[in-house]
Amino acid sequence: MARMDFEVVVLAGGASRSLSPLVSQEVPKALLPVANRPVLSYVLELLEAGNLKDLIVVVEGEDAALLVGGWISGAYVDRLHVEVASVPEGVGTAGALRAVASYLTANDVLIISGDLVTDVPPGAVAATHRKHGAAVTALLCPAPVSGPSDSGTSGGKEKAKKPVRCNIVGLDPTRQYLLHMATGAEVDKDIRVQKSILRAVGQMEIRADLMDAHMYAFKRTVLQDILEQKDKFHSIRQDILPYLIRTQMNSEVSDNGLVNSESRSDRLSSQSDLRWLSHHREIAPSSFQETYSSSVKLPPDARKTHKCCAYIANESKYCARLNSIQAFSDINRDVIGEASHLSGYSFSAQNNIIHSSAELGSKTTVGPQCMLAEGSKLGDKCSVKRSVIGRHCRIGSNVKIANSVVMNHVTIEDGCSIQGSVICSNVQLQERVVLKDCQVAAQYVVTTGSEHKSESLARK
Amino acid sequence: MAQKKGQRGGGGAADDAEVVARVPLQAVLLADSFNLKFRPITLERPKVLLPLVNVPMIEYTLAWLDSVGVEEVFVFCCAHSQQVKDYLNTSEWMKPSARLSVTTIESHDAISVGDALRVIYEKAVIRGDFILISGDTVSNMSLAQALQEHKERRKKDPLAVMTIIIKHSKPSNLTHQTRLGTDEVLMAVDPETKELLFYEDKADPSQRVISLDKLLLANNPAVYLHSDKQDCYIDICSPEVLSLFMDNFDYQHLRRHFVKGLLVDDIMGYKIFTHEIHSNYAARIDNFRSYGTVSKDIMQRWTYPLAPNVQYFESCPNMKLDRHGVYKAPDVQSRSAQIGAVTVIGSGTIIGDRSLISNSVIGQRCTIGHNVSIHGCYIWDNVTIEDDCKLNHAIVCDGVHLRAGVVLEPGVVLSFKVEVGRQITIPSYSKVSLRPQPSVQDSDEELEYADENIEVIESPSIISMISARNAEQTADLSAMENSRLSEVGISGVGYIWSTYEGEHDEEWRHSIAPIPETKLIELSHRDHEDPDVSYHDFNSTPVSGELQPDSESTGFDDGDAGDSADFDKEVEATFHRALTGVNQENVILEINSLRLSCNKSHADCAGALFLSVMKLGLVAPHSSNNELYQNTAKEINKWKDLLKHYLKSVDEEIEVILKFEEICLEIATEFSPLFSVILSYLYEKDVLSEDAILSWASEKEGADESDKIFVKQSEQFITWLKEASEEDEDD
Repeated sequence: MARMDFEVVVLAGGASRSLSPLVSQEVPKALLPVANRPVLSYVLELLEAGNLKDLIVVVEGEDAALLVGGWISGAYVDRLHVEVASVPEGVGTAGALRAVASYLTANDVLIISGDLVTDVPPGAVAATHRKHGAAVTALLCPAPVSGPSDSGTSGGKEKAKKPVRCNIVGLDPTRQYLLHMATGAEVDKDIRVQKSILRAVGQMEIRADLMDAHMYAFKRTVLQDILEQKDKFHSIRQDILPYLIRTQMNSEVSDNGLVNSESRSDRLSSQSDLRWLSHHREIAPSSFQETYSSSVKLPPDARKTHKCCAYIANESKYCARLNSIQAFSDINRDVIGEASHLSGYSFSAQNNIIHSSAELGSKTTVGPQCMLAEGSKLGDKCSVKRSVIGRHCRIGSNVKIANSVVMNHVTIEDGCSIQGSVICSNVQLQERVVLKDCQVAAQYVVTTGSEHKSESLARK
Repeated sequence: MAQKKGQRGGGGAADDAEVVARVPLQAVLLADSFNLKFRPITLERPKVLLPLVNVPMIEYTLAWLDSVGVEEVFVFCCAHSQQVKDYLNTSEWMKPSARLSVTTIESHDAISVGDALRVIYEKAVIRGDFILISGDTVSNMSLAQALQEHKERRKKDPLAVMTIIIKHSKPSNLTHQTRLGTDEVLMAVDPETKELLFYEDKADPSQRVISLDKLLLANNPAVYLHSDKQDCYIDICSPEVLSLFMDNFDYQHLRRHFVKGLLVDDIMGYKIFTHEIHSNYAARIDNFRSYGTVSKDIMQRWTYPLAPNVQYFESCPNMKLDRHGVYKAPDVQSRSAQIGAVTVIGSGTIIGDRSLISNSVIGQRCTIGHNVSIHGCYIWDNVTIEDDCKLNHAIVCDGVHLRAGVVLEPGVVLSFKVEVGRQITIPSYSKVSLRPQPSVQDSDEELEYADENIEVIESPSIISMISARNAEQTADLSAMENSRLSEVGISGVGYIWSTYEGEHDEEWRHSIAPIPETKLIELSHRDHEDPDVSYHDFNSTPVSGELQPDSESTGFDDGDAGDSADFDKEVEATFHRALTGVNQENVILEINSLRLSCNKSHADCAGALFLSVMKLGLVAPHSSNNELYQNTAKEINKWKDLLKHYLKSVDEEIEVILKFEEICLEIATEFSPLFSVILSYLYEKDVLSEDAILSWASEKEGADESDKIFVKQSEQFITWLKEASEEDEDD
């Protein structure tokens, strides 16, 4: 048994529609390259570093599961013990969990989204979870500031960039308990805070600058109960977590091992914890005690409670989810840029990574925060800035690539200019193609001289 | 109004050296609480003059204002203004040696804080930032920091017009009120700037969810939402506050109208900030419970230096503090009486043997007999308590006389000079006064405690006033029980005020008595049985867990249905007046005005009238369908002119047919077998035209089978109609 007695479920998704045309039958979301490594590898290596080596990876779709499974067994054969499970597409994160819930046996389950790129140690979340005996602990991280960090594409001109609104989170004054969470469409509506929870804690900090990072620690029994009882629940983020937060003062989930597991506290539930939090601040004159006479024997608090906790990642930690095309570009940029420690590569003196087998023509420059993978060739007088270029690409002369991601086996002919775009594998860009803020699907051919701006190019 | 005295140097901690033209720190003290919570006592004496640990409340407020460096105070008096003025004129504050300049402003037509501030605005006496405080506030906080913050903010942002002082105070989880007996206040505050973003002091208890405007977070990454803060009702205001009250003359209540008004108004952009005090004391006496709580806090010296034995108030005699917080004036006579913890006994009071007193305040020159037990009571001056009385958590005003063996149950308030006869038990939460209860008690809190022109309830709640001391005989217990407990007894003087409907359940909240155990248990049970179940039904909504069933969305249709039912009733009532011989013309007139006031159409009137007519047919005795038909036909015949008045077009006629269907289905199913016959009768009598019937039938063609039963029933009649009309055309 693992030392932490935590089981890990990685929800690797499938062919996410929001990432079209980047994902396809051949490339499921989990295998999208971030700095020329599948995005899933970031989670797997994070878990490995945290000594969490027994994993279940749930993939939507049989084909995608085969692809992901194949890649994992190739890459992590002696390092991790991974079981890949496939679920039908569109079952949602709750559905995915439902499919594997019966195999779970450990006391607590760590659930991580496969598209998470972070350096927050999962052990820290697990430890917080254990410390509080929580029903659920969620990782919250500062909401990402979207858009490229320099000018070029949208958002660059704004003087003060605001973090993206991902969630509205309510925390207690000690920032340990999760008291309110709004997700998705709720974020833009009025904030509806439950009075009973506010009353218990007295003061709630409501923040809009935190993001639910989709790393959760659940008490297994709680999770299994919810999955079983609430068969309509579709998503962890939108259903299970808000449900647990809402009902924390009046728990409906089974309490075996929930309240009694803590040997030190007989009935010290989250409600009383929340109350204690505020009680220590009360410098009440003794007449207060008289008024609410302590001799009054109230019935024991029959109401069941559970705790919802939060682990808030430090500002210095990197945390992002690859769940949109913008995020794909941002993460690629960050991983070879400001969060370069995540990439696992060692950077050259010019602060870039050029594989020894890559060939550069004369007067071709590759700027800092760039990556050029093995076997790629660049012609003369090319310029590459803040971009990732994959393996075995053939790039002609006079090509300018900035703020872009070029995947593997891409052919770019002379005189092309690519800005802020994503070029998938096996694409051919003929001469003098100009792309700005475009996505080009795999196998696509962009004809000579065509210019595109903010388009998604894919075969019909 | 001229400043009475020259500037005073050095005393004000809040002096801002940078201000060139130095404006003295001013304060507006409202010597009127503009509510009725201290009735019946306030019928006779203004609240600010009520003794709080044997010192009038206003003394505490003035002493605090003096201590924080306020130089000019404008005391706004309204109710019992003469009493307030007389008091102030003889007080130390008016003596030439006083540092503080106290000026009274009198107005008799002000009924709210808003009115008061408008009067003050008109007097044009406020020249700079001022402190707005009510004369029933006790505090020992230092204002320097709050004032400094306020001024700095003002320099940067002239729209920051007000700083309100708040204090941590967590409401009870069961009663949802603070220890001061005030309702919990929900506030949202910007953690950085301390700007107040949301204020709600009257949250609807049935709502489980607080809804905050999404714009709240638009400019701030985070806000603090508090339910654990208490509003101290000490405000630092800029002069703009007064002009804002002038501009918005519908602002009455300082919090409910002014504060909330500014918060929701994003056009003007005025801002309100908060200043939280931590170790200092500040509380406003809002109700009897806060009166008790603050009294105890004073005795326990949380309000130091405003404590009973500190020579702060000139009027305060030299109290001696014994152990366990017992304060006794030097001339108190109590030989074998046991005086327990936290008690103040004023000078000249005599306490008989074997009496037990604890947690109480006893005023000056009281006479307390033997074997009396007094616990948690506030007894004012010149009170006489005879032997063997038992007082528990009561307020006993000046000059009250309790005869032997009287028992005051928790929460009793005896107003001035009430006399209670022997062996009487005054039940919990009773309020007894020599003044009869005013009949019209406007539930609106803004209402001033009326001065002299009170209307008197002529009701059974008035207690027999047996003022004479003739019947000193032993009270006939059974007779007493007959005449309800609400007697002050033989040889008693006073009226027991009845509580108003619905108020009684809440009586415990504001009383000085501790909350009864049974109440707490009941509340905790309710708390348990009444969990946030509203989410159960959301299981059926698979999409999003955050979607909470919206409690406000209980159908608009319901309201509408009730509305039209009401309208039907009104019309029916009007119609019945027609039966009793009112002229038909007048009935039409009345129904028309009803129609306009309810915003209804002619069709609605026709439907309602038709319903009334049909009901007439129904109420007439009948044993068979045939008889019913006869009755109905008679009524229709009788009222067809009235009906026709409203049947101006086909649409209205269709409405009547639809109404008829409804009647048959829901209101009076007896009619359902008769539908087609009555329909044809209506046709015969020209009430309904053939067009209407035919278009009704065709309208119904597409309807559900269940909707078509009456069309089917009348099929024969309809086909006949159709044929007849075809024949007409043939002709």
